[in-house]
Amino acid sequence: MSMTTVAITKEIDARGSFCPGPLMELIRNVKTAQVGDVLAVLSGDPGSIKDIPAWVVKANQELVGLEDIDGSAKRFIVRKTH
Amino acid sequence: MNTKILVLGGGTGGTLVANLLAKKLKGAADITLVSALSRHLYQPGWLYVPFGWQDPRTLSRSLKSLLNKRINLEIGKAAALNPDTQIVTLEDGSALGYDYLVLATGSRVTPEDVPGLAEGGYHFYTEEAAWRLHAALEEFQGGKIVVGVGGLPHKCPVAPLEFTFLLDEYLTRRGIREQSEIVYTYPINRVFSIESVADVAAPLLEERKVRAETFFNLESVDPHKKMAYSLEGTELPYDLLVMIPPHRGAKFLENNPVADAQGWVKTERETLQVKGYPHIYALGDTTDLPISKAGSTAHFEAPVIAERIAASLEGRQPDPKHATYDGKVMCFLEAGYNKASILNFDYNTPPTPPAPNAFIHYEKMAFNKAYWYLVPTGML
Repeated sequence: MSMTTVAITKEIDARGSFCPGPLMELIRNVKTAQVGDVLAVLSGDPGSIKDIPAWVVKANQELVGLEDIDGSAKRFIVRKTH
Repeated sequence: MNTKILVLGGGTGGTLVANLLAKKLKGAADITLVSALSRHLYQPGWLYVPFGWQDPRTLSRSLKSLLNKRINLEIGKAAALNPDTQIVTLEDGSALGYDYLVLATGSRVTPEDVPGLAEGGYHFYTEEAAWRLHAALEEFQGGKIVVGVGGLPHKCPVAPLEFTFLLDEYLTRRGIREQSEIVYTYPINRVFSIESVADVAAPLLEERKVRAETFFNLESVDPHKKMAYSLEGTELPYDLLVMIPPHRGAKFLENNPVADAQGWVKTERETLQVKGYPHIYALGDTTDLPISKAGSTAHFEAPVIAERIAASLEGRQPDPKHATYDGKVMCFLEAGYNKASILNFDYNTPPTPPAPNAFIHYEKMAFNKAYWYLVPTGML
């Protein structure tokens, strides 16, 4: 996926974490964010590829971007929609 | 004039850092520990209180009795920190200056962050709440119990799972398990954050006939209708609600330059220095590190902080053995029926918990008793 041009409100570096995990960091931040905010979460946990998009769908949020960082981590960009 | 080291917090992290520093530095620095309570609490023991299996009065000791004689103990609550002028103000108005500051004020539960939760839900994350839940469970005669995690992050990440397993055992022993339904809720799409632990716990829940409701992030509770609602749109009716409330850092740290809006202190993951303030350190629940908020985390972090402060004071490099924190955490996982598993992990290695067995359970029982002698004093 190409580099996104969306302005990121807050970036959370969750690389190197297994517990509570990058997804939980994202949910915590979505809960306290304003509607319309764009959050980026950096994760090196391979499980995030499956977990983060699945939660975004379940919770009716919007995944606006997914970028690769040096082949070792991913940046998930999520907009809070409601 | 002697260097002044100020430690805020009398839990596992603060007590241990202060004791390790007193041992290392002898009289070479003035060490003051400020604690809101005159008692040191063994919080993992609260897990057993709701079932009547532990008397909470056995779960605290005099903080003074656990501290090295060289440490000056002040009972008081921090009200403000100015990291630029290096002054901590207590609620009684007194001001304490420092050369080095250790933030070990931990986390606090904030049920008020979820509408209806304080009125509608029980938990066991304070001594008083564990007592209240005990009374509610004793009166419970069957029905639907919803147990879950009501906010992230929370301390002792495996405790809700442990509580669920022990609840199944408790209801079975009372002969009312058949008339009861247990639902376990968790914020992500498996029963625990770490996949390898979820893989061990999920079949255990199934075996105990506990229904798991995943991707459930608690949004509100209606105590009159007895309903719990999630961010994802799920509605759960209950007769008894046991929800781990959301947590925050200490009140005086919320929106402080060293912390975020929830009061979690911005901490360097290896040195445990507070970002932008190299003379301030943080450990345990206090930090914003994405790792378990648990006593064992503080236990493994404390030697790093003590060594880094001692080395800085003595004008030397820190001993490589304790120069950095690698994310090490160790947690027991009680599975009920006198069996337990254990989790060992760090920043780079996920845990591989063994199948629950009796040996680990009795290890945990022994640890609960030996804690006072081994952990706060720095023996272990």
